[in-house]
Amino acid sequence: MKDESQPALPVNSQNGNHPETIPSVAVSARALPDNLAVKCPNCRELLVGKDWEKNNHVCPRCGHHFRLSAEQRIELLLDEGTFEELAADLIPTDPLEFVSRSQSYRAKLEDEQAKSGLKESVVAGTGKIEGLPLALAIMDFRFIGGSMGSVAGEKITRAIEKGLEDHIPVLIVSASGGARMQEGLLSLMQMAKISAALARLSEAGVPYISLLTDPTTGGVMASFASLGDVILAEPGALIGFSGPRVVEQFMHQRLPKDTNTSEFVLAHGMIDAIVHRRMLRATLAKLLRLYHNAGRSAVIG
Amino acid sequence: MAYDLEFERPLAELDKRIQGLQRKGDRLKADERAQLRSLEQQLEERTRQIYGNLTRWQRVQVARHRDRPYTNDYIKLICDDYFEMRGDRRYGDDRAIQGGMASIDGKTVFILGHQKGRDLKEKTECSFGLTHPEGCRKALRMMREAERFHMPVITFIDTQGASPGLEDEQRGISQAIAENLEVMPRLHTPILSIVIGEGGSGGALAFGVADRILMLENAIYMVASPEAAASILWRDSAFASHAAEAMRITAPDLLELGLIEQIIPEPVGGAHRNHLEMAETLKAAILENLAELERLPMDVLLEKRYQRYRNIGAFATEPVKAGSGSNR
Ligand SMILES: [Zn+2]
Repeated sequence: MKDESQPALPVNSQNGNHPETIPSVAVSARALPDNLAVKCPNCRELLVGKDWEKNNHVCPRCGHHFRLSAEQRIELLLDEGTFEELAADLIPTDPLEFVSRSQSYRAKLEDEQAKSGLKESVVAGTGKIEGLPLALAIMDFRFIGGSMGSVAGEKITRAIEKGLEDHIPVLIVSASGGARMQEGLLSLMQMAKISAALARLSEAGVPYISLLTDPTTGGVMASFASLGDVILAEPGALIGFSGPRVVEQFMHQRLPKDTNTSEFVLAHGMIDAIVHRRMLRATLAKLLRLYHNAGRSAVIG
Repeated sequence: MAYDLEFERPLAELDKRIQGLQRKGDRLKADERAQLRSLEQQLEERTRQIYGNLTRWQRVQVARHRDRPYTNDYIKLICDDYFEMRGDRRYGDDRAIQGGMASIDGKTVFILGHQKGRDLKEKTECSFGLTHPEGCRKALRMMREAERFHMPVITFIDTQGASPGLEDEQRGISQAIAENLEVMPRLHTPILSIVIGEGGSGGALAFGVADRILMLENAIYMVASPEAAASILWRDSAFASHAAEAMRITAPDLLELGLIEQIIPEPVGGAHRNHLEMAETLKAAILENLAELERLPMDVLLEKRYQRYRNIGAFATEPVKAGSGSNR
């Protein structure tokens, strides 16, 4: 074939930061016995496990925000004992009978489930923050890089529908490299499905808060993560459509170090605020209060 | 038109012999004339046979063929009137997306799609069909116009994906795609999408939330290009053909998965062999589908569109063990 018929798109387009190519911090942390000590991937400081955990998994020296599991995120954000899981019974299947490098997707799912103790990359449910109710969906990067397949799409959609049904705000915490290849176009279509549900939520006047954590890229960033009435991000997270390496490859030039980070998207008007993890719960509570009281005053006024 | 794809080699040989004979013109002897007729028949039969049994990877080659008709070719061949609308009214005019108001059989519609570009100059001008944020926003502007005047929207999808440049990130390519995904499900006018070549990732989906999705016989639609998928899952982009097979990206695959409504047959040897015939078939399919969609009351149309997407997904359920999951 003549190569003039081949567009000049870099090979890793949309997915240069795909979960399967991003080194997992969780894995390196686990390599040390009992989390006694953890090395900060940013400043290389050796952190005592207990101090680090008490500090919400943030490096006390440089402020690096380590990735949280869905369970840790729930503990961080919600009033104790208020979380009730939704759609916990959903499990992934292998609709394409996908095989890569002689491993079937089915076998990979079993591996990942055993390794993470999760059934899928999203945990959905309801809970309260400072007494105010919300529906939420949290992505867990440990499970195939938080990638979005049919189950993730369905759980997030159900959380939105719960918000719509009960007229309570919706929070989605993103941590994902994008759509999951092994479910092919079914994964891509989850972007449309979730966005359509959000359109209904928006029409019904129910607020949606999007929280971007490290990393939020690809199809997740190009759909629901970017559709919040308010969009927040944790500091220093990788955020963007394409990974920085893909952008660099495409541009044929070295790019500034902060390209496609929280700070970059804030500077370009794509999000409302960068919030340190220790202020996250208070910030969400403030937003929930503001939305809550807006509705009431409108009725009274 | 040459036969230059690798799997077309037997066709190229037959074609060469045919051309050798044709060059003789009037000097052809009677037996040569018979031979010519037989070769032409063989060529057609072999083409039918080869194109009737394409592998997924071969379909990728056809979908990317440099002579394949593009959005602007179809607009010229299908529409009896056309006014191109340019610019997103915010920053610029993305030539990767082109479209405007058009007339098909006397009926006004909005028609828009990816333009890959034929020669190097045009390719550069329209970024090889890689959408910038402005392309998404221009399309959205046209769709809102269409809604105001009750004109149906027809989109042609033909891209490897959205543009991954620094400026695209700076101007919010994610936001631009996401906004289309949020607006299209609620657009109060019929939307018909046709994958005419390559449908690649979010850069395709941003123009493809529709009441119905049709695909040309040799078009492909995928979550990531086979090269990208191969470099991630096989750690080597040379395995693109494996990825193409595994990802189920062809029109028959996607019809079987229930993700598209209809396959539009291509001329023998692919759409690039006969632009006019392809355009006529496509036009008939467009008119037929629009007529059906326009018969539906708006609330029914919108509810059906919502459910079309709401029901996409393959998963199972498993009994939840008591005490697990909630209230940890
Ligand atoms: Zn540090």
